[in-house]
Amino acid sequence: MLAAMVVAFGTLAVLLVDTIVTGWPELDRQLFTDPPSTVPEEAGARPAILATLYLGLIVLLLSVPIGVLTAVYLEEYANRERWWNRVIEVSIQNLAAVPSIVYGILGLAFIVRGIGIGRVVLAGALILTLVVLPTVIVASREAIRSVPDSIRQGAFALGATKWQVVWRQVLPAAIPGMATGSILALSRAVGETAPLIMVGAIVYVAFDPTLFGAYTALPVQIYNWTKQPDPTFQTLAAAGAIVLLAIVLAMNAVAIVLRNRYRRRW
Amino acid sequence: MSRPTKITAAAAVAAFALALAGCGGDGGGGGAITADGSSTVGPFTTKAAEDFRRESEGTEVTVGISGTGGGFERFCIGETDISNASRAIDEEEIAICEENGVEYLELQVVLDALTNVVNVENDWATCLTTDQLNAIWEPGSRIESWSQVDPSFPDVPLRLFGPGTDSGTFDYFTDAINGEEGASRTDYSPSEDDNVIVQGVSGERGGLGYFGFSYFEENQSRLEALAVDGGSGCVAPGVETAQDGSYTPLSRPLFIYVSLGSLEENESLEAFVRFTLENAQTIAEAAQYVPMSQEQLDEQLQKLEDALS
Amino acid sequence: MASTDVVARSALALPRKRIRWGEKLVQGLLFLAAAVSVLTTVGIVISLLLPAVEFFGEVSPLDFLTGTTWAPLFEPAHFGVVPLVVGTFMISLWSALVAFPLGVGVAIYLSEYAPPRVAATLKPVLEILAAIPTVVLGYFALTFVTPLLRDVGLDVEIFNALAASLVLGVMLIPTVASLSEDAMAAVPRDLRDGGYALGADKLQVSTRIVVPAAISGIIAAFVLAFSRAVGETMIVLIAAGQLPQITFDPRETIETMTAFIGATGNGDVPTGSIEYKTIFAVGLTLFLITLVLNLISIRLVRRFREVYE
Repeated sequence: MLAAMVVAFGTLAVLLVDTIVTGWPELDRQLFTDPPSTVPEEAGARPAILATLYLGLIVLLLSVPIGVLTAVYLEEYANRERWWNRVIEVSIQNLAAVPSIVYGILGLAFIVRGIGIGRVVLAGALILTLVVLPTVIVASREAIRSVPDSIRQGAFALGATKWQVVWRQVLPAAIPGMATGSILALSRAVGETAPLIMVGAIVYVAFDPTLFGAYTALPVQIYNWTKQPDPTFQTLAAAGAIVLLAIVLAMNAVAIVLRNRYRRRW
Repeated sequence: MSRPTKITAAAAVAAFALALAGCGGDGGGGGAITADGSSTVGPFTTKAAEDFRRESEGTEVTVGISGTGGGFERFCIGETDISNASRAIDEEEIAICEENGVEYLELQVVLDALTNVVNVENDWATCLTTDQLNAIWEPGSRIESWSQVDPSFPDVPLRLFGPGTDSGTFDYFTDAINGEEGASRTDYSPSEDDNVIVQGVSGERGGLGYFGFSYFEENQSRLEALAVDGGSGCVAPGVETAQDGSYTPLSRPLFIYVSLGSLEENESLEAFVRFTLENAQTIAEAAQYVPMSQEQLDEQLQKLEDALS
Repeated sequence: MASTDVVARSALALPRKRIRWGEKLVQGLLFLAAAVSVLTTVGIVISLLLPAVEFFGEVSPLDFLTGTTWAPLFEPAHFGVVPLVVGTFMISLWSALVAFPLGVGVAIYLSEYAPPRVAATLKPVLEILAAIPTVVLGYFALTFVTPLLRDVGLDVEIFNALAASLVLGVMLIPTVASLSEDAMAAVPRDLRDGGYALGADKLQVSTRIVVPAAISGIIAAFVLAFSRAVGETMIVLIAAGQLPQITFDPRETIETMTAFIGATGNGDVPTGSIEYKTIFAVGLTLFLITLVLNLISIRLVRRFREVYE
């Protein structure tokens, strides 16, 4: 048993150490201020880093409301007997298992080509939102379920409408759980590469991202750099990985702290 | 969280979002240039774009590497302004461009010597004839070991890497070596990204791959180039042998195709193309390509002027 | 009686509850939010199905499902998906075989052996393992694990299935551990206590009582790990290669369904071509396989949850 723990944590440690050691030389201000370049000494990841943060923000703004509202619907309002509600439940379960690259295919067909907005930041954000939506829904449902019924009944007894009960009692109580779940889902969105490759996060982008502009995200930039055999680019890839890991781990840390501090004992 | 904290947090987020939206510069808007296509020509165009950006105060050029074929598909439906190509546009593609009303200008910008590369530990092969290359790469080829290429070679497993079928390099090589565009054995590791080929060959003792000269030049410490005997002796790929044509049959011109429609609409496109042609030699050397002669470039500049008038 | 009649009638005469339009609006909004998920599923099915159907108009489903050569873009083209499926299953099997014992071991340790405080600190660290972006893991597999395997003496190719599987397996440890832990936690204390009462030590109780009792949950964990591995893209794209071949030797290069889609899809997909359609045919196959695996694992999870509740 101990051996298993050692392997698991040992690998994690080795990964982190190897990445940090490899990438350290290139981890400088330039990484954050300069655009990519064919000359590795001058290359940076500024557009990619900004785009990743930008994508994360949009995903947060889209996935949380839709996810929370869906969870509220399923937990508080939906009549389980109705067939359409069962369809919704089954859909969510399946979507959670769909590989992220299939979302990329969906995005390519409908968002990039279908609606025709092209390979722009918004398209990437929409697809990532769909990728993480099932996770946000599941986390929110768990959070809502853990609010004891007595809270609801008390509010009803005082004459509140269903929505008032949800908005004023259930949701506030469920916020820590939902926040944790959302942040974890978000950290996953930030690290996703496959769907973005499918919708054209382009190779060489030297300008800062805008909503309807071309873009490349940090994971994609790292992927492009790993393919370059020149060792300086490999170092850059590792440096980019450090930044990405830092972002993802920071998000995870926030989520865990939130979970521990605000865990309510009913 | 208390209400004031929540409101502050929300305000901070909103401010950040607005700032990002605002400081996008001219990113996706007017003046931006989109290029896509060959991964052989890609780095050249990218270097041109970088240099141009410095001179022109931020005209944004994005460069994709979908492969020559993939680039034309996008170009001929009007999605891109420039198509990088490591072979000339073919009939099918011309037809699609006509269908969609896309008119273009074909410009040669730089030369290439298609290079066959092997692992640095490969000390037995230094030159292959076109017949040997054909035997290795032809459709249905059963050659699995170097000793089958030439009996004097050791019995080392042959590991093949090469461009995928969307690549102009693939088209050109198969045409030159196997006699027909697209005719090739299929059991090799294909990649649109030539860097993957570099990684593959440099990681396998028996590795053999082919791509544009610039990728060899950039990775000389990791790879060896083979000389090719096209019938008159072994010729090694290089700047001179490509320029004077003695490296046959694998020396070729590289192209950019510029959309005439985009030229009319987008002033910065004209400036970029002109810049690229005028500085083609310096860009080529910096990006480690084979530059064209000044005369050849002047011809291309003339083509541009003619098209613009 | 008259008075009760009056009371009854006045009770029935109470005005009906006023329909609160605000409530109705809210309910509508909520339903719309939930509908997004359904629309997404429908969207995925449509976006896969339509081009796939076109594809099967040109390529017979039988050839697709049973053909053993995957060379869709060559002349002559081969559309047998078997190598890709074998590649996917190989990777998934090896990863699950890595993740399974390690994951169960970690779960046993955390639930039976570790003191509560240690467990509480270690669990978040384990979650970090699951949160690492797959592109970083792929890079790690290519640049660290493959050379390591070669140093150890395993003659792996530069792109090989083993490195990818090892890294993917480790990434899945938290998933397996978490589900196994749930399964083992659901085993009632009485069973354990009975074992201890009979003089068994911790190891015997864990392995001979708890694990067998939790077996369906543990199997569910294995299936879940397997199905997650099936859907993984980046690690295999970077480290396992793009050579579709049928082989069961993990030291060789292979290509999975996901890697094919990722490498081909590359942002350029020219609509309408046969290349475009292969993405959807393979995507559809992948989608159906993950769907079936998902259904199986849901059934298994439900079964183990029922056993003790």
